[in-house]
Amino acid sequence: MMETHKTLDSRLPRRGAWWLALALALAAQISVRWVSDSWADKNAEGAPELYIRSGNALKALSLGYTGLLADIYWTRVVQYFGSESLAHSRRFDLLGPLLFMTTDLDPHLIVAYRFGAIFLAEKPPAGAGEPRLSLQLLQRGIVQNPDYWRFWQDLGFIYYWDLKDYPSAARAFKAGSERPGAQYWMKALAASVAVKGGELRTSQILWSQIYQHVQNDTIRKSALAHLAALKARQDMDTIDNLVAAYETKEKHAPASIRDMVAAGILRGIPQDPSGVPYILGPDGHAQLSPRSGVNLRLLE
Amino acid sequence: MLAVETKDLSKDYRLGFWRKRPKRALDHLNLQVEAGETFGLLGPNGAGKSTTLKILFRLIFPTSGQATLLGRDINDPSVRSKIGYLPENPSFYDQLTATEFLRYAAGLFRLSKAETRNRTGRLLDRVGLTEQRNLPLRKFSKGMVQRLGIAQALVNNPDLIFLDEPMSGLDPIGRREVRNLILELRQEGKTVFFSTHILSDAETLCDRVAILDHGRLQGCGELRKILGIELAATEIVLEDPPPEVLRALKPLARTMVRTGDRVRIEFPAEVETSTVLNIALRSGARVISLNPVKASLENYFMARIQKQPEAEPADSAVPAKINSG
Amino acid sequence: MIRRTLAITVHTFKECVRDKVLYNLIVFALFLIGAAIVFGRISVGIQKIILVNLGLSSISIFGLLMAIFIGISLVWKEIERKTLYNVLSKPVSRAEFILGKYFGLFLTLLVNTAIMTAGFYLALWIENRRFEFADLAPLEAVYFILLQFAIIVGLALLFSCIATPVLSGVFTVSLFVIGNFLDDIRWSGAHTGSVALSKFTLALYYLLPDVRRLNFISEAAHGSWAPRYLLVSNSLYALLYVTVLVSASVLIFEERELL
Repeated sequence: MMETHKTLDSRLPRRGAWWLALALALAAQISVRWVSDSWADKNAEGAPELYIRSGNALKALSLGYTGLLADIYWTRVVQYFGSESLAHSRRFDLLGPLLFMTTDLDPHLIVAYRFGAIFLAEKPPAGAGEPRLSLQLLQRGIVQNPDYWRFWQDLGFIYYWDLKDYPSAARAFKAGSERPGAQYWMKALAASVAVKGGELRTSQILWSQIYQHVQNDTIRKSALAHLAALKARQDMDTIDNLVAAYETKEKHAPASIRDMVAAGILRGIPQDPSGVPYILGPDGHAQLSPRSGVNLRLLE
Repeated sequence: MLAVETKDLSKDYRLGFWRKRPKRALDHLNLQVEAGETFGLLGPNGAGKSTTLKILFRLIFPTSGQATLLGRDINDPSVRSKIGYLPENPSFYDQLTATEFLRYAAGLFRLSKAETRNRTGRLLDRVGLTEQRNLPLRKFSKGMVQRLGIAQALVNNPDLIFLDEPMSGLDPIGRREVRNLILELRQEGKTVFFSTHILSDAETLCDRVAILDHGRLQGCGELRKILGIELAATEIVLEDPPPEVLRALKPLARTMVRTGDRVRIEFPAEVETSTVLNIALRSGARVISLNPVKASLENYFMARIQKQPEAEPADSAVPAKINSG
Repeated sequence: MIRRTLAITVHTFKECVRDKVLYNLIVFALFLIGAAIVFGRISVGIQKIILVNLGLSSISIFGLLMAIFIGISLVWKEIERKTLYNVLSKPVSRAEFILGKYFGLFLTLLVNTAIMTAGFYLALWIENRRFEFADLAPLEAVYFILLQFAIIVGLALLFSCIATPVLSGVFTVSLFVIGNFLDDIRWSGAHTGSVALSKFTLALYYLLPDVRRLNFISEAAHGSWAPRYLLVSNSLYALLYVTVLVSASVLIFEERELL
């Protein structure tokens, strides 16, 4: 009447059915999400929306956890920037609002200002191409964080690099140099920008300052790319000068860089910062090899 | 067909949070209850009575062993359609009324609407809750809750009824009512299985009892047989006996207790009843009663469970009996 | 099985309703209508957007609170108060009990949402003094809110089988919050450069309840209709996820000892 295993057996089949239901539903819900995610991507109507554009409204909604919320928004900024530039959609409409909201929530989030200063001002595809917005953001940063002199450096930089407004750039560098803790070269920079305007050397100093003093990887990568482009531009200027020297010596234009090496004008074949040799173009000027990783358009 | 059968039923509880040590609550319990019996599961608190009932209703699961109810495996929920259960210290939903709760309970069986209504009314009447049928249960006293608990156990007109400490929380009148109810159920031919730590209940109601202690079965059988093991003494009660009678009986008596104008004298079993009766009648004393004193369930309990029979001399139990009687 | 599940469903519904939640709802409806009238007076042009946002958000928040607060003690209370003994000693399987509890609470939320939606449309009528076809768009958002409730009730029920109400509440709320940030979790994992971490966050993305996809309130406030694929996929998603949660609850509850 009572077999030993009956206790277990009679419970098993019913539980088996629930295990099966659990497994099937779990797999199915994953597929539904996977399929509908891809549908959503296909049907995406333009850019994503931001529903709350006022940092103050958001502050009220954050129930006091503004710092945390700012961090979440900052993550959003990075995420948005990353995904948009990966998708090459080259539109950063929301970068400004997101940054303003982040800094509304946490006015002392230095990295948000510096990131914004560079990528808001930067021309597409690398950035949003809105230098005026970037100036606004920096000015807010300066008001909120008066002791942080590097905002002045960034401000001067935007004037100098993106707006080519050298007098304003010089004023910004000078003002920054007067902040406590500012480094000596800010004063020199102010003077040199005021006198000489757009010089590659000045640009190089500015970008390398950014490269050395900013922790954010995205900014550093950008700075490195700019430095590479600047170095390439300088190299090509040098090569062009040497082409002129070759012509004076050999009475004809060189057909290639190799000719210049043979003539003893160059000691070896020079390489650009991405490690690819320079070439001479049909116009006789030095230019980047098509294989080069350097992006000269950053300098435009 | 056996109404209840357990085979080597064991249950270990795991105690402690980090290092769980098993504690044996039930140790290889083998019980067989015939259909139509009134069966008592006796034992002190913590003996494993409730554990046994909870296992039978699959509220907890045995560590080993099997059980059947009405000849079917307990793991099949449909077994319970002809079974009723009154849990120990039952508790119901505060916001419902007695009627609503019984309807809900009836709704869990295959009953028609009319049947449900009919049975609900009759059951409320049977347990004496008709007046309070529309009172929210949060206003119920402990006794009323217990009665409702009995009503819900009977809502499906079960063949087998389990009652876990059915008398607890009841006043003397309530106890008598429950006792009568159990007798009625027995007369209707139903099997009643109840647990209790109150011996007098078992003495008056049960055909057979099982005695449980520390999860082990200490004894099982017909009450008469368990109690008849030792005929301990003869007891005679005299009214207003003359002093010389008492003097004559004194050497034979084990104890002699006076209450008011009555004297209760107990003799060891080896003293002939006729000798005692002759002495008493000769002196003209009024004999109120003459009874054989069996070892009570209580004695049995004490002897088996506490395992220190010499520390409990027979005569110390006698005054206790007078006080309670 | 259906009969007994239904009996437990009805009983659970009755129990929830008698918990006086309905009074709160009437207060809510009155509050909403009052707020609508006030907003109607002070703002120009976007009253309707505000009303839809406010109304639907309130329906969602009130319902979530209710789902969580009732749900977390749903099974726990029956175990603690031993009322479960009376149920499980009848020919009721544990699965039927869980299903009945789930449907009972969901039914409560369904009725409450219906009442609140009625209050919302009353406010809308007071605001505009007329109805147009576009006013039906918020119903889609309400439907999605109900799907959200279905998942939250399942979560609360699952935790209620395992943990105390306080812990269950913490777990349920946490999962709801996390469920609103699944995209971010997946993205941040994918950008750490660690393969293990990105696989882990991808797993979280697919396993945790995606409640954000069921939030259509802002879109509804701007009068947009949900695309058909979203209606279908969200319904299917909620149904499947609830199946996961309820099956897990049943499996856990089957093993549970009721001491």
